Amino acid sequence: MNLTTKPSLHGLLAEFESADSVLAAARSAYADGYRKMEAYSPFPVEGLDEAVGLHHSRLPLIVLMGGIAGGLTGFGMECFAAMYHYPINVGGRPLFSWPAFIPVTFELTVLFAAISAVLGMLALNGLPKPYHPLFNVERFVLHGHDRFFLCIEATDPKFDGEETKKFLERLLPKGVYEVEP
Amino acid sequence: MEPNASNPAPHTASSRPILRRGHTYGSVTEQISAVVLTRPTPRSWMVGFAIGFVLLMMLLVAVTYLFYRGVGIWGVRVPVAWGFAIVNFVWWIGIGHAGTLISAILLLFRQEWRTSINRFAEAMTLFAVACAGMFPLLHLGRPWVFYWLFPYPDTMRLWPQWRSPLVWDVFAVSTYATVSLMFWYVGLIPDAGSMRDRARHRFARIFYGILAMGWRGAATHWHRYKIAYLLLAGLATPLVLSVHSVVSMDFTIGIVPGWHTTIFPPYFVAGAIFSGFAMVMSLTIPVRKIYGLEDFFTIRHLDNMAKVLLATGMMVSYGYLMETFIAWYSNSPFEIFEVMNRAKGPYAFFFWMMIACNVLAPQVFWFRKARRNIPTLFIVSIVVNIGMWLERFVIVVVSLHRDFIPSAWRMYYPTFWDWATLFGSVGLFLTLMFLFIRLLPMISMFELREQVAEQVEKGEPKP
Repeated sequence: MNLTTKPSLHGLLAEFESADSVLAAARSAYADGYRKMEAYSPFPVEGLDEAVGLHHSRLPLIVLMGGIAGGLTGFGMECFAAMYHYPINVGGRPLFSWPAFIPVTFELTVLFAAISAVLGMLALNGLPKPYHPLFNVERFVLHGHDRFFLCIEATDPKFDGEETKKFLERLLPKGVYEVEP
Repeated sequence: MEPNASNPAPHTASSRPILRRGHTYGSVTEQISAVVLTRPTPRSWMVGFAIGFVLLMMLLVAVTYLFYRGVGIWGVRVPVAWGFAIVNFVWWIGIGHAGTLISAILLLFRQEWRTSINRFAEAMTLFAVACAGMFPLLHLGRPWVFYWLFPYPDTMRLWPQWRSPLVWDVFAVSTYATVSLMFWYVGLIPDAGSMRDRARHRFARIFYGILAMGWRGAATHWHRYKIAYLLLAGLATPLVLSVHSVVSMDFTIGIVPGWHTTIFPPYFVAGAIFSGFAMVMSLTIPVRKIYGLEDFFTIRHLDNMAKVLLATGMMVSYGYLMETFIAWYSNSPFEIFEVMNRAKGPYAFFFWMMIACNVLAPQVFWFRKARRNIPTLFIVSIVVNIGMWLERFVIVVVSLHRDFIPSAWRMYYPTFWDWATLFGSVGLFLTLMFLFIRLLPMISMFELREQVAEQVEKGEPKP
């Protein structure tokens, strides 16, 4: 065990100049057996999510459930109010006038689904996050500008300060930085 | 045959770049964030903001007096109980529709030219909906009990009337406002991250930091982000069609001549998109000039928007034509009278102005020269904005002022307070718009970086 593997290290961060190079780096890191890693890019890069090991997300299911819940809420509320809680007899017309209930049902379906999409995305991404170790690396601010990063985290079972650093350097990055936790 | 002759590369409008060539990831980020972070505030911003702010103050005065005295300060008198408030409501909410169309529908259709204008148009939507949402509440006789519109467990055991389009409207507009806000904000999160990391001033860092919520561009985050964004676009698309349809049902459910027609929902939606694109154009033309953003709001954007204006203008014209035809075809004396009264009655001037603005003016866009001439584009877009306001005036006021029994007819004259509220709402819109331009990146930076990457892929010189 050497000193860099002590838990005071979040991971090692490599900086790249193009989307292709970070994509290749992420792929070779995955092939090399690393699993706890994350890539950072100034815009969504096709295939980078799969390269770091994410294959599918639960988000669409969450949105579907949200939409169904919204529709049921809207329609259920209208039926309950118009048929049981506050029935109004308008010239003998049926209380269960479902076609008139559709607009509100539709709007609430969309509303609940959209709220689940946003909150679900934020929750799955672990946002808001007031503190993250990566921001200790000065160069990391460029992730929102023109640079691409690959971070192999210290919690990875294969992580070893020296070895991982050497591995990252072989990928020809612009630089490799240690990330303070 | 020459090998090239069989496959000539036509230099059409679509081969023109939507982003000037030669930009890099860094240069787009720099240029757009600089508008907010480093460049001095232009004098024209100060002037524009000042005008907007003065009008906003006028709105506050008008609204305060309205709450003090009641809706009697307006020109609304039975039978014209829906005056400027509803005209303005429909006008503003229609303007909002272009933003959602650009951000959602054009995203689903992979119209890449939307990238530069979507943030701007979405902001416009948000502020237009804010202006719109205000009017029905001001219009209530007792605005302090506005919350009765919502279903809540009240002690009177009352519920909203679910069969009324006015209640549908509450749900449609509030859903629209919420979804537009979320869509806009989600689109802003990565850019807020870029701004946070580029800002020098401590206050700016905290401001953008809070907005960014710790965004750091992780690949897995982008993955979920794109799904969420696409789903939001998919959800907002039927909303665009539904909101103005529901607004139109406020009219169609009534048996007033000129309102009770089935063409209203699609005709209102087309009109909404028509007026919204006109407003986007009226706003982007000065902004691109003042901030030197011609690289991003290119002539191709304006050209495309002019085409949308022409197309939706034709749909609106078709609506006018059908209204007239159906009135004749129905053989109802009231419907026929209503059409004649529009064209020859006391408000005929406004009807013909509306025809000139909405039907005739956009016809210049058949010509490519007109679609690329900035002054023409700007003037026509303003004319269309006015024309669409007049359309709502014709629908609301002209239909109501002479309905069935001549003894109940009455003219409608707007008062000073009507005008003050209309121009005041313009002030609210302008103030919000100028603040947005000053405080947030008005073009989506991460989507432009994506665009740069695509240009590189297509064999443009490497950034």
